[in-house]
Amino acid sequence: MKQGKFEIINNDCIAAGIWKMVLAGDTSAITAAGQFINIQLDGHFLRRPISVHDVNDEEVTIIYKVLGHGTEEMTQLPVGTELDILTGLGNGYSLAEAGDRPLLIGGGVGIPPLYNLAKRLLAEQPNRKVQLVLGFNKADEMFCVDEFKELGCEVIIATADGSCGIKGFVTDAIKDLDYSYFYTCGPEAMLRALFKVVKTDGQMSFEERMGCGFGACMGCSCQTITGYKRICKDGPVLRKEELLW
Amino acid sequence: MVDMKTSLCGIELDNPVIPASGTFGYGYEFAEIYDINCLGTFSFKGTTKDARFGNATPRIAECPSGMLNSVGLQNPGVEAVISEELPRLAKVFNKPVMANISGFAVDEYVYVAEKLDKEKQVGWLEINISCPNVHGGGMSFGTDPECAAQVVKAVKAVTTKPVIIKLTPNVTDIVAMAKACEDADADAISLINTLMGMRINLKTGKPILANTTGGYSGPAVFPVALRMVYQVAEAVNIPVVGMGGVSSAEDVIEMMMAGATAVEVGAANLVNPTACKDIIEDLPRVMDKYGIKNLKEIIGAAHR
Repeated sequence: MKQGKFEIINNDCIAAGIWKMVLAGDTSAITAAGQFINIQLDGHFLRRPISVHDVNDEEVTIIYKVLGHGTEEMTQLPVGTELDILTGLGNGYSLAEAGDRPLLIGGGVGIPPLYNLAKRLLAEQPNRKVQLVLGFNKADEMFCVDEFKELGCEVIIATADGSCGIKGFVTDAIKDLDYSYFYTCGPEAMLRALFKVVKTDGQMSFEERMGCGFGACMGCSCQTITGYKRICKDGPVLRKEELLW
Repeated sequence: MVDMKTSLCGIELDNPVIPASGTFGYGYEFAEIYDINCLGTFSFKGTTKDARFGNATPRIAECPSGMLNSVGLQNPGVEAVISEELPRLAKVFNKPVMANISGFAVDEYVYVAEKLDKEKQVGWLEINISCPNVHGGGMSFGTDPECAAQVVKAVKAVTTKPVIIKLTPNVTDIVAMAKACEDADADAISLINTLMGMRINLKTGKPILANTTGGYSGPAVFPVALRMVYQVAEAVNIPVVGMGGVSSAEDVIEMMMAGATAVEVGAANLVNPTACKDIIEDLPRVMDKYGIKNLKEIIGAAHR
């Protein structure tokens, strides 16, 4: 974990209710895909934990959904604003088990961390077949699809209303796929549905209301086969095999 | 040069700043980002006889100028604290530490106190009779003067370390509680624990916290805490450790003027992990500003 000042380089609406923010600062604490950052906003007591969409030596990119007054205010922040941010939080995804045909399944605003994951999987093994299944409510909420295609991933879209791709949920879209391992991030209802139908082991990234975001307050704990886990520190990525579902 | 030293129950502190229990774990999350030996001491996560998972989530709700928590005393139990957490703590902190203890019956407090009494690095036992988030224990000892006195007497009988009783503000008469603890031979009083509150999710119409209610902390509660510290300090002759919404060097000085011998910092650690270090580094400047050369001299200034 590191605490530092970051400057907003970009802050744009990329789909209905979905915003992308690029922040410049010391990104050295971010070491794995699936980690998150915790942003302090003026006038709000707690920080806003948001997953890392992409990162390089100078910049970290996040994609956030307007859900409450904090994220609403984030949309109003002009380029050049300086923010106090904790970086390098959480465990992130482990690449070790991915195999040659990993499947990445994202739902809505759970999709962003899969981008950096796909990048790292391909950087580690360029010949690997990385398949993406992305679930959205409807076509106008879609984002990031071209970014994944540009990486060379195969992308399958599912929309709940059928306005793009397969009509239905990600669970419908993965039925006939062949994969060596899976990674996912999305709403808990989606994770629970996936848990029942996935054919391999895999890793799931969770959300919870957090106090500190770095393991001190025990505000976001959950129980697993391997003991109590803090979503912010021991997660947000948990292995499917350790869930008590 | 200003003098920031203070003394709590015969143990000298380099400064009065103490991270409060439940906001600092066992120290090592914070040791990742600063050398925590700059602290006066810290009060580690509330420890019970048996391991506890605590309450269901959500356990956290944001509020104006503060937060609610309903963690419910999650901890690995005293045996694991001694075998696993304290050795790790010793690697990052070399001063006496404050052991925070909770229970659901007098004999549980006694069991944990007896175990932690044998730990060399433990300087003080801070007995939490004030947790608002557990049922059938904790706070019920803190809302009845006779029950509180029972816990104090029983714990005092099994330890030679100073016993600090941590009080809840969720009572009608805080002074009566403090006096009952003093009469039962407590060595010091610490206050306040969190104020019981709740929030409702406007979209669902349901409480945000799975436990329905939680404890309110953060800058919003500072005036309430200060008032109670002032009242208790006036009524008792044992040291008072002040806490509740403290987030700046100015707040520390104000607490000490109200009668606090040392000051705990809670929620501030959760939003700014270096909060305590920042406060300690800022204290000399603020002392200079108000012409304070020695912090001990301002303890209880508001009563004189």
